Amino acid sequence: MKHLISIRDLSRGSAVALLDSAQQLSQVNQRAVKSLPALRGKTVVNLFYENSTRTRISFEIAAKRLSADVINFDAQASSISKGESLKDTAQTLEALGAAAIIVRHPMSGAAHALANRGWVSASIINAGDGRHEHPTQALLDALTIRQLKLSGSDLTGVKVLIVGDLDHSRVARSNILLLSLLGATVSVAGPAELVPEGIAAMGAKVYKSFDEALAEQPDVVMMLRVQLERMQKNEDFTTRDYVKNWSLDQARLGQLGKETVIMHPGPMNRGLEISNQAANDPRSAVLRQVENGLAVRMAVLHRVLSGEVTN
Amino acid sequence: MIILKNLTLSDGSIQDIRIDAGQIVEIGRIADSGTDCTDLIGLSGFVDPHTHLREPGFEASETVFSGSKAAAAGGYTAICAMANTEPVADNSTVIERVYDAGTEAGLCFVQPIGAVTKGLKGLELANIQDMSRSRAKVAMFSDDGMCVHDENLMRQALLEVKKFGGVVAQHAQEPSLTIGAQMNQGAVATELGLTGWPAIAEEQIIARDAQLAEETGSRLHICHLTTGGGVEVVRWAKAKGIQITAEVTPHHLLLTEDLVRTYDPVYKVNPPLRTADDNRALLAGLVDGTIDMLGTDHAPHSGEKKDCEWENAAFGMLGLESAASILHQVLIQSGAGDWALFENIISKRPAKLAGLNNHGFIKVGDQANITVFNPHERIGVAEMNQSKSNNNPYLGLEFIGRVQHTIYQGQYTMIDQLVRDQK
Ligand SMILES: [Zn+2]
Repeated sequence: MKHLISIRDLSRGSAVALLDSAQQLSQVNQRAVKSLPALRGKTVVNLFYENSTRTRISFEIAAKRLSADVINFDAQASSISKGESLKDTAQTLEALGAAAIIVRHPMSGAAHALANRGWVSASIINAGDGRHEHPTQALLDALTIRQLKLSGSDLTGVKVLIVGDLDHSRVARSNILLLSLLGATVSVAGPAELVPEGIAAMGAKVYKSFDEALAEQPDVVMMLRVQLERMQKNEDFTTRDYVKNWSLDQARLGQLGKETVIMHPGPMNRGLEISNQAANDPRSAVLRQVENGLAVRMAVLHRVLSGEVTN
Repeated sequence: MIILKNLTLSDGSIQDIRIDAGQIVEIGRIADSGTDCTDLIGLSGFVDPHTHLREPGFEASETVFSGSKAAAAGGYTAICAMANTEPVADNSTVIERVYDAGTEAGLCFVQPIGAVTKGLKGLELANIQDMSRSRAKVAMFSDDGMCVHDENLMRQALLEVKKFGGVVAQHAQEPSLTIGAQMNQGAVATELGLTGWPAIAEEQIIARDAQLAEETGSRLHICHLTTGGGVEVVRWAKAKGIQITAEVTPHHLLLTEDLVRTYDPVYKVNPPLRTADDNRALLAGLVDGTIDMLGTDHAPHSGEKKDCEWENAAFGMLGLESAASILHQVLIQSGAGDWALFENIISKRPAKLAGLNNHGFIKVGDQANITVFNPHERIGVAEMNQSKSNNNPYLGLEFIGRVQHTIYQGQYTMIDQLVRDQK
């Protein structure tokens, strides 16, 4: 595997192998000496055109634990303001020795362009492109579900419900593709204006109401972050209505089964898509997701840069 | 003098044609020897109602000369050049400049299209009468690239062209429904995270303009139809007797939105590639006469406009050099139509639309504008190289059938697949 751009690049087997590898690496993260020499002498660049401290730090720590050299290139501050093209920036970074470029970009398809247009020969890892995909997020979510649902090597039989702003969510897109690839049954629910046409074709059953979807007793409820900066442009959006219909509030929390897993890609808007109680509930896997993010990103970096799986 | 021997015409007859002093002087059996055209199809010279030449203003992408070479290579003897140049062709000065550059290039007839509104801004009518009286005798007006979306302005434009029997060619795209649109709306756009371009944005403008054409009694042409629903609207309008014509591009007949999965901007085009169902509906419309003609929407762009992220890339793709081969594939090879229909679609009807009286006929006494098509030989994309740009979406494809000779004003502009470079 040279790049990771989309879940569509993975087969069920290669996805499971990545999860296995991440599982093994997560044990490294528990040990006192937290680094492996696997990527010593290799340079990894974080090329972020959007602010995302969490994702960038997660990749940075992951790369360092594999002994890679890490450069953080804050593209917002430097090149965009000078009008430099993505192609020129990437070529510059490669000339400086980048073996892998981790890219976060506001435009859908930007990572795909870096990987496929012949601009650079470095490995490209998509850390989120527009509304398209965020594949490492889906992998860490799958790993989390696999750990908590003890469902064998894949997710056969697990029922996952994804709730919220599906239209703007790359997390939702990557998760629908990956979780269904791994055998889970994926449902989605969200306000009608935020459910994009044809999302069912990606492999998700669409519910018109949160409560209706909850009645199906999902094993996992994944709440999406409300992207307030996008919502406020929409005159019809009111926080009160959103909370009433789409928040994992106390009443809905009460409807979840004892073993139901609550997930959120972070950062959470407490009191909006997720109540304080739900965020603090023992069934919440939010911190485990963050931990698994590290392991998954280590596995992905290792896979694309060494061409092999760790196990 | 040129003598074409054993040419198969669109009616199926096999004829020899003698051309002298720019005219067709004899059709029949000619004793003299000439260019052997056995098994080749002789058609009236191709006419493109929709070409972007980029001169003046964007000569790095295409000039009148390079576009004319691409036209000759594609079998075209006349092309209608859209007005979205810099400066815009919204006055007779720019119109005549393009017209003269076409005459100077001498490889095909270049008919400038006049802008409907000043600067293509959609706010105020351009001086349409003035352009119609220019040396280029403009009959077709279009803001192509932009839609004339203001109803009153569109109505005024239709009334204006009616005075001299002209036509308004509409790029049907309601702007308020396509803000930030990047590709066909639907499941693929959803998965790719690109803003969708709904079919209704096109269909609604076609319906409105058909009604305006009916009310004003004027002529309306619909550029690059892309949706099955659009075909239905035009079919309805024609049934009502409204003076409406419509064109389809080769790419909308052949390519689908699935190509956008590559995020390669070579597939980014306005209006966008649609679905295989739309391809079929467009072909059916072409076969039953709802759609009158092929328009290439040849839209050259220099490298940097395409070698970037999808959303930053320009809309448009090349078309002149591949159009006939594609029409051959979808119409003739598929068995959907015959050579007479082919000739109507690619020559006769667009010539009539743009008022090009020297084109669209193979008749003794007429100016000799003839395209000789070889339905047996292959052509690959690498051979389509006359344009200054290379945003060719057919990369990796090969077509059966290619233009063998192009004769414009009685002279070869392409002979045995080789374009003549100079006059
Ligand atoms: Zn157009």
